[in-house]
This record gives sequence, structure tokens and C-alpha cells, in this order.
Amino acid sequence: MLAHFTNVITVFLMVAGLFIITARGNLIKKLVGLSLFQTSVYLLYITPGKLIGGTAPILSPAYTVYSNPLPHVLILTAIVVGVSTLALGLALTVRIREAYGSIEEDEILALDHSVEDDEARESH
Amino acid sequence: MALAQHLPALQVILPLISAPLAILFRRAGPAFLIVTAAAWLSFAIAIALFLQVDASGLISYPMGNWQPPWGIEYRLDRLNSFMLVLVSGMAAIVLPYARGSIEREIPHESHYMFYAMLGLCLTGLLGIVITGDAFNLFVFLEVSSLSTYVLIAMGRDRRALTAAYQYLIMGSIGATFIVIGIGFLYLMTGTLNLADMVPRVAVIESSRPGLAALAFISVGVSLKVALFPLHQWLPNAYTYAPSSVSAFLAATATKVALYALIRFYFTVFGDNFVFGKLPLPEFMLILSLFAMLFANAIAIFQDNLKRLFAYSSVGQIGYITLGLSFDSVHGVGASIMHLFNHGVAKGAIFLLIGGAVARMTTRQAAPPAPTFERIAGLSKAMPLTCFGVVLGGLSLIGVPGTAGFVSKWYLVLAAMEKGQWWLVGAILVSSLLAVAYVWRFVEAAYFRAPPAGRETGKEAPFALLIPGWLLILATLWFGLDTSFTAGAALDAAQQLVHSGN
Repeated sequence: MLAHFTNVITVFLMVAGLFIITARGNLIKKLVGLSLFQTSVYLLYITPGKLIGGTAPILSPAYTVYSNPLPHVLILTAIVVGVSTLALGLALTVRIREAYGSIEEDEILALDHSVEDDEARESH
Repeated sequence: MALAQHLPALQVILPLISAPLAILFRRAGPAFLIVTAAAWLSFAIAIALFLQVDASGLISYPMGNWQPPWGIEYRLDRLNSFMLVLVSGMAAIVLPYARGSIEREIPHESHYMFYAMLGLCLTGLLGIVITGDAFNLFVFLEVSSLSTYVLIAMGRDRRALTAAYQYLIMGSIGATFIVIGIGFLYLMTGTLNLADMVPRVAVIESSRPGLAALAFISVGVSLKVALFPLHQWLPNAYTYAPSSVSAFLAATATKVALYALIRFYFTVFGDNFVFGKLPLPEFMLILSLFAMLFANAIAIFQDNLKRLFAYSSVGQIGYITLGLSFDSVHGVGASIMHLFNHGVAKGAIFLLIGGAVARMTTRQAAPPAPTFERIAGLSKAMPLTCFGVVLGGLSLIGVPGTAGFVSKWYLVLAAMEKGQWWLVGAILVSSLLAVAYVWRFVEAAYFRAPPAGRETGKEAPFALLIPGWLLILATLWFGLDTSFTAGAALDAAQQLVHSGN
């Protein structure tokens, strides 16, 4: 259990994030879940790249154990992607709040349905 | 010439640069010119690359001259050179259309951002197709996805916002699943280059991380493909997005995701493993049948034309995955052909409907939803638009003489090769469902009287009619002359199916 500590944390964050996305109706909370889910992937990549006692990959006779730098670089990109997704999600939430006056999924759906009913009545 | 060597890089970089330039100009006119020029140039490059691959077989381009497998490699074979032509060609046709169409849909001051987003979306889609690097594929996927969310949210109806939000959540889950899968592959093989991965994946594919990678990638890509039952985001997104965006996405976005699925299944994991040793063909067959029958049936009962054709897209994706599940040259060839043929026909239909909506839009008001009541008797006011939609519909049904017939013919051929006659029946039934929803359009547009209040409008604006009709003519052309589509698709299938590992 302890040997797989980082893996356990990774999977916990992953599942917790997915759970929040599906279980919460608040658009902000959903985004929190999404961020948590994406963050867990950063750990998935980075932890295997780190060797205990390893240094940055600098060629020197003094060091023999190196950490793999590639996962870190990849995750830098993934963090940028995660930040932009979150920013865009929040921007959309602001616009939704302006248009609907709510950020609760069920209230928004109810508003949409009432509009659809009106449209149907108009056309008949 | 030195420049000719760098065509694979320019293919992606031109639209990529066009986006920030469009933002810098902050005006609709220059932004439109820059992004359209980039799209046209990248279409020309795609054709040049297609011909080059046709002649020489394979192009490998080391990005920044960092040699693969360490650097990022752009790798072109029959399959993705064909896809590049589809994606960049659709962009080249949709952009001139967008200029006229967004006039009534998007406030004038944000037009330049619309063009920038379309440029970025094109960049991402082309990048997914051309790259030979797994992580690069993920990054391009996110570039295209994020710009797609913005484009959908630009629709005038407020439901465009919720559709974009819903797609953002689903799409990000899908992309994250893909990056988890790629992470497992990287951990097990130590490489991100797809070609370099192939022999190493062959060793580990049956291990648990290998299977987990396959599972995560399958689910993630299927979300982007909108494979039934992961299609929930699609109908709303296509319905409420601006017309030009609906057309561009319907023709390219799901198709590029399907390309990624083919790439991972047939190249990286190898079809002998994915379809030979795992129960995936059966699984895919069942999902495809559900898509073909259910989604097409749901389409019949839609009131809004855009939503009807969105559900029809989900159904048509079923044909494509059905072809893949056969794992034969004809089956996979039919899928690749149908990618192209359906993209062209569905793009045309959305463009034409958008033209009709634009004509029905009065100044300042939000564009009306194209419901059956509104389009009643439309053929008298807009004969060309209606006739075009009908021809596109015939291609969706698969009537001989249209492109849809050719791909369906190969699909039926593949089913018969497998001795699965009942599948031929299923394809027929789903085609009949398509007949039903196309007939609903014919009935409303040609046989119903126009609603009393509607002024007898004119034909859709020509700037919007011509791009749609160009695609309709392409549909008819590829229905008669199959040397380009069938030739390229079968060649690509030959390269993919049972290629050794």
C-alpha cells in the first residue's frame, strides 16, 4: 500500500474528480471536478519520472542517477491545457449566468424546457 | 526547392499563424482575408502532399530537424494525406461562406475572433491528422477542442452556451482519458513516437497497463467521435452553433476523431491484436448497430432540421465504425470512404440550411430555428436550396449516383465477405430510416403550403448558396467517379489492415 502511495493518490484524485463532475449540478463545482481529474493525470505522468536520489539530467561524473525530464515537460504543456480549459469553462459559466440567471444545471434545463414548450405552442 | 521540403510543417503552421494575426488586426475584414488565405494555402498544400504521398508512399518530416523518435515527427501515409485534403478542403469552402453567414449570427465586433477561432480549430484538426507523435496528438486535440467550444458558444441562442459547456465537460473528459492512455503507453514503451511505439507495443499489449491504455484511448476517442452512446454532446452542439460552424464540425471534427481511432487501433496496437484477440469487433458491431438504427430513428422525430441532421450524423458514424469492426480491406476502405463522403454531404446540407435560415432572419433578431413549420412550402421560395438538401439527403440514404452509395456499397460488400447477411439487412433498414427523415423534409418543403404569416421570400443569398452547392456537386461527382475516394481509401486500408504486427 505504502509502496504504491502515489498511485493510490493518483487514482483517488481521478475518481473523485470524475465523481464530482457527474454528481454535482453546479456548473462551477463541475469545473472543480474536471480540474481535479486533469490534475491527477499530472501525477500519473510525473511520479514515474522521478527517481529518489536522482538529479536533473546534467552530464557530470559526480552523478549517476537521473530523473527523466520528458514527463515534466509534457505535463507543463498539459497544465497549460488544463488552465485554458478551466478559464474557458469559467468564462462560459459567467455567460450562462448572464443568460439564464442561474448556474444550477437542473434550473437551466427547466428553463430550456419551458422555452421549448413555448416554441412548440407557437408553431401549432 | 527548399520550401517544398517543409510542406508538412507549413500545412499546420500557416493556419496557426493566421489566428494570432487575425486577433492583432482586430477587424473583421483583414482577419477574414488572413484566415481564408491560410485555409486556401493549406488546402493547396494538402493536395500537393497527397500527390507526393501517392508517388513516393511515405513522407517523414522531422519537426525542427530533431530526428525521430526523439523529436516530433510529422508522418504522412495514404490515410492521413487523404484526411488532410478533406479537412483543409472543408475549411477552404466554409470560410467564404462564414463571411456572409455570421453577419446575422455574431455581433460584428467579435467577427475577427470568430475567424481566429476557426483558424485555430483548423490548425488543431490538421495537427491531429499529420502528427506522428502521441503527445503532440493530444495537444492538437485540445487546440481544436478549445476553439470548437468557443465557436459553438458564439451561436445566438443562449442554449449554444449550455451546449458548449456540456461539450467542454464531455470533451475534456475524453481528452483526459486519451492522455491517460498515452501516459500508460509511454510508461510501458518509453517512446511517444507512434511509429517507434509499434514494435514495443507489440510486446506489452497483452499486459495490464497495455490493455488499460487501449481501454482509456478507446473510451476517450469514442467520446470525441460521438460513438453511440457517447454522442449526447453532439445534437445540441450542432443545433445551436452558428451555421458555418455546424457545417465545419459535422464535416471534420468527428471525422478526425475517427482518424485517431483508426490510427491507434490499426497502426499502434495493430488490428491483429485489437480485432483478432480481443472481443472488440463484437462490441463495436453492437454499438454501431445501435447508432445506425436508434440514432437514425430518433432523427425522424426531430422538429428542428439542424437537430435532425445532427442525429443523422450519429447514425452515419455507426456505418463508419461498422466498417472498422469488419477488419477487412473492403470494410476499413468503406469506412474511410464514408468518412469523406458523409463529411462532404453533411457539410453541404448544413451549409444550405444555414443559407435558408439566413434568408429567414430579419435584421437584429436572433436567427429562427429551422423547424418543419417554418420551412413548410420552402421549395417555392428557395428551389435551389431545397433541391440541394434533397440531393445531400439522397447521399445520406445511399442512392446510386451519389457518393453515399459508393461507400455503402463497399460496406455491404464487406459484410457479404464476412458471410454476415443479416448485417446487409441492418444496413438496409437503417437506410430506410434515412429515407424517412429525408422524406419528412421533402414533404414539408415541397408539399405543404407556406405558413400564412411568412412573406414569400427569395432564394438564399448566393454567397451562401454557392459553397453548399459546390459540396453537393462534389457529392454527385464522387458518386460517379470513384477513382479519388475509393482509390485512396482502399489503398489506405491496404496499408492498415493486417500490416504485420
